Amino acid sequence: IELFAIEDLTSVVLCSQTFLLMQNSEDIRCKCICPPYRDVEGQIYKQNVSLKDCTCLHVVVPMPVDGKDVEAYCLRCECKYEERSSGTIKVTIIIYLSILGLLLLYMVYLTLLEPMLKRRLFGHSQLIQNDDDVVGDQQPFANAHNVLSRSHSRPNMLNKVEHAQQRWRRQVQEQRKSVFDRHVVLS
Amino acid sequence: MCFPLNRTETVMWISTNSYSLCLFFFCSSGSNYAMSNGGGAASSTTHLLDFLEEPIPGVGTYDDFHTIDWVREKCKDRERHRKINSKKKESAWEFTKSLYDAWSGWLVVTLTGLASGALAGLIDIAADWMNDLKEGVCLSAMWFNHEQCCWTSNETTFAERDKCPQWKSWAELILGQAEGPGSYIMNYFMYIYWALSFAFLAVCLVKVFAPYACGSGIPEIKTILSGFIIRGYLGKWTLMIKTITLVLAVASGLSLGKEGPLVHVACCCGNIFSYLFPKYSKNEAKKREVLSAASAAGVSVAFGAPIGGVLFSLEEVSYYFPLKTLWRSFFAALVAAFVLRSINPFGNSRLVLFYVEYHTPWYLFELIPFILLGVFGGLWGAFFIRANIAWCRRRKSTRFGKYPVLEVILVAAITAVVAFPNPYTRQNTSELIKELFTDCGPLESSQLCQYRSQMNGSTAYTDNPNQPAEPGLYSAMWQLCLALIFKIIMTIFTFGLKVPSGLFIPSMAIGAIAGRIVGIAMEQLAYYHHDWFLFKEWCEVGADCITPGLYAMVGAAACLGGVTRMTVSLVVIVFELTGGLEYIVPLMAAVMTSKWVGDAFGREGIYEAHIRLNGYPFLDAKEEFTHTTLARDVMRPRSSDPPLAVLTQDDLTVEELQGIINETSCNGFPVIVSKESQRLVGFALRRDITIAIENARRKQEGIMLNSRVYFTQHAPTLPADSPRPLKLRSILDMSPFTVTDHTPMEIVVDIFRKLGLRQCLVTHNGRLLGIITKKDILRHMAQMANQDPESIMFN
Repeated sequence: IELFAIEDLTSVVLCSQTFLLMQNSEDIRCKCICPPYRDVEGQIYKQNVSLKDCTCLHVVVPMPVDGKDVEAYCLRCECKYEERSSGTIKVTIIIYLSILGLLLLYMVYLTLLEPMLKRRLFGHSQLIQNDDDVVGDQQPFANAHNVLSRSHSRPNMLNKVEHAQQRWRRQVQEQRKSVFDRHVVLS
Repeated sequence: MCFPLNRTETVMWISTNSYSLCLFFFCSSGSNYAMSNGGGAASSTTHLLDFLEEPIPGVGTYDDFHTIDWVREKCKDRERHRKINSKKKESAWEFTKSLYDAWSGWLVVTLTGLASGALAGLIDIAADWMNDLKEGVCLSAMWFNHEQCCWTSNETTFAERDKCPQWKSWAELILGQAEGPGSYIMNYFMYIYWALSFAFLAVCLVKVFAPYACGSGIPEIKTILSGFIIRGYLGKWTLMIKTITLVLAVASGLSLGKEGPLVHVACCCGNIFSYLFPKYSKNEAKKREVLSAASAAGVSVAFGAPIGGVLFSLEEVSYYFPLKTLWRSFFAALVAAFVLRSINPFGNSRLVLFYVEYHTPWYLFELIPFILLGVFGGLWGAFFIRANIAWCRRRKSTRFGKYPVLEVILVAAITAVVAFPNPYTRQNTSELIKELFTDCGPLESSQLCQYRSQMNGSTAYTDNPNQPAEPGLYSAMWQLCLALIFKIIMTIFTFGLKVPSGLFIPSMAIGAIAGRIVGIAMEQLAYYHHDWFLFKEWCEVGADCITPGLYAMVGAAACLGGVTRMTVSLVVIVFELTGGLEYIVPLMAAVMTSKWVGDAFGREGIYEAHIRLNGYPFLDAKEEFTHTTLARDVMRPRSSDPPLAVLTQDDLTVEELQGIINETSCNGFPVIVSKESQRLVGFALRRDITIAIENARRKQEGIMLNSRVYFTQHAPTLPADSPRPLKLRSILDMSPFTVTDHTPMEIVVDIFRKLGLRQCLVTHNGRLLGIITKKDILRHMAQMANQDPESIMFN
């Protein structure tokens, strides 16, 4: 079952990120790096001031040298204005972790719970029927069947979902055979 | 002017530029290409009866793991375009439809760029965070990584830029103390634990949901762009799993990068968006134009290099690259780069973590170490390709490949155990590259910049560069050497694991380490022997002469060039990464040297080698076919084979036709006039025949097993009580390509490459003799190069 269409995912990511680009006051800073000078050690100064105040005189407080040396000291310092968007980072991590969590739950369901449930409800025969795959390549008319058999639409929504899920699982099983077992692709 | 191909001398006029022009003449010159399916309308010379036939659904589509027919797809597209243009003047609605058709290409490309940029931003932010999760947590805001956690803190010092109280390492959280042997062991243990769990999650997700999401993706995309079909490789599930597991794989500390998988992600986006527009979803050739643009967008967000991305798509990934695709690829790359920049993942409006800007000059004598770095890059590239292919072949053919999950866990465990003690391998590889590229200045405090000053004996760096090295620098050099050996060995085993893995970042890291070592060595040489002729000419005592950061950059470019054999695109990517126009000459010298040295050991780059390992039907456009064989040496059937399976134009019954199809495994059958004359009528594909017969038995009444099948325009005369005959003319290709049996194979290979053919019929004195397929050509080329011809697996 396709849980999220990619269009949904991308639009969620984009929308949430543009929505949260409102500036937090903690998200701007001016960072001044001052190397060692005579007997003063190297230091890093940070303050959240705006771009026009991002100069050595504003940010390097308290000034470690006196009067005449201030200019020489400030010449060696480098001040950079930086901004970030903590909202974007927060939303992205939450989206990522939720998708990861959902996938993990679905994986646990597919590998552990579903076989157990099916065995309990239907017995062994159903399981064997599900695992019986027709190898599509060797039968010349199998592909023709796949192409033309689109008219088996039962009106029941649940059956449609079930049908789509079965088709997806068959595809994944074919892919797994090609990649992991026969080592035919992607080795 | 293009002529039908049974005149071989005019084939020489066909060139890639006139490829589309050629097909225009083919499709419109009354040569009776009856392709009513997929395109809908009839060509200009069809009869009224054909007009009344409806297209059979499913004819014109392709099987999985088969090659498309480029000529047919291009003709279908021109038909569609003609139909829309002819209807354009009828009404305003038709005019709007024609505008929409013209602009849909730009729309697809824009959407692809937006999606690629957004997904790349997600991957970058999540990978950074998860990487630092191995070290510790940010207590005040759990979603921040180490750097972001200490962003506003005032407790960072000049020497230790990343210490702050809000960031707690695992030892601090669990044991309560930050220093000491106990906490070191606890940190070590948690690092290994997190690395193993991320790797295990990644490989489980890949195995359960989307097995096609493993590996780099670039060899398969190259093959897809040359005309191969792999269903599901660019689908929604593959996209989602590749995005999620790429973050996990990078965070687990394995020696891999995310550039190759980002190209795959971008191509998946391009494929998915092209399904919204029937112009692209129904035509495989047009879809590949969108995929070329998407791969440019992928490289552009990986490196922050839009122009480099377009050149990479042109040089490495695409097979046919018309000029229209060039403009659209550039647009896609720019849109993607713009979206990524506005997401601003790194908080400094830069696209890539290691964007450095320096403008210190280089000197002519430095070309010698640059060329030496190029030689190192070429040697390492050749060694890596051989070792990696040998290891992948072993994984493919022996029992060892049956335990992919165990293999991933083992490699992740070894990587984590060996990488933790060395600070250069413990950190993120991108951060390592940035540190190596950064030149030492008064504001840097890393261990690589610890020189002894002459002023007052302190270990701090002063204005005076080119100083003798402190013990701190010596230990850094030792650690770098060990890191180099470790990375060289581990990347061989990591590339090709069943998790998404890229190759660009590890190669650049290896080159950067080697380059920095050479740069520091040169620097010390210049200091201790400043009276040598070379240094006296150019270097003043006490002036900044050698910049080791530049050597690291050149080394990175040389190693990447040695392994992928890229040329122009690599230079442009590195130039866009650093912004230094002055460094083009050293870069080009190193890249050219590494390509020449690498080519001396083997002509293939890593991606072509993997294509050959998998047996994909990829006819490389860069190789020259220099042998003097003729078409009759390669064609099938050979003298020992059974005769060619052919269909006669009006002699067969449905039962006989089905019998021929069931007995043979050919993908298509030539149709001849009669068994006596053996004159060629056309070519019919197996898939089309089966679909047409199924459709006819369902829709038309009276078709039975002994109904006559005819490919002619009018039914043959039959006795009165015979069942209704079946007309299959609509699926017949009436203009198959033919060559004579004396055509040199050079010309045949050229035709296959330039026109994208799957098969070509061979005639002798006008009568059908045999057939040459793409697989036969690939096998022949493998045989000529003394490789195993049986390794070509697909059609």
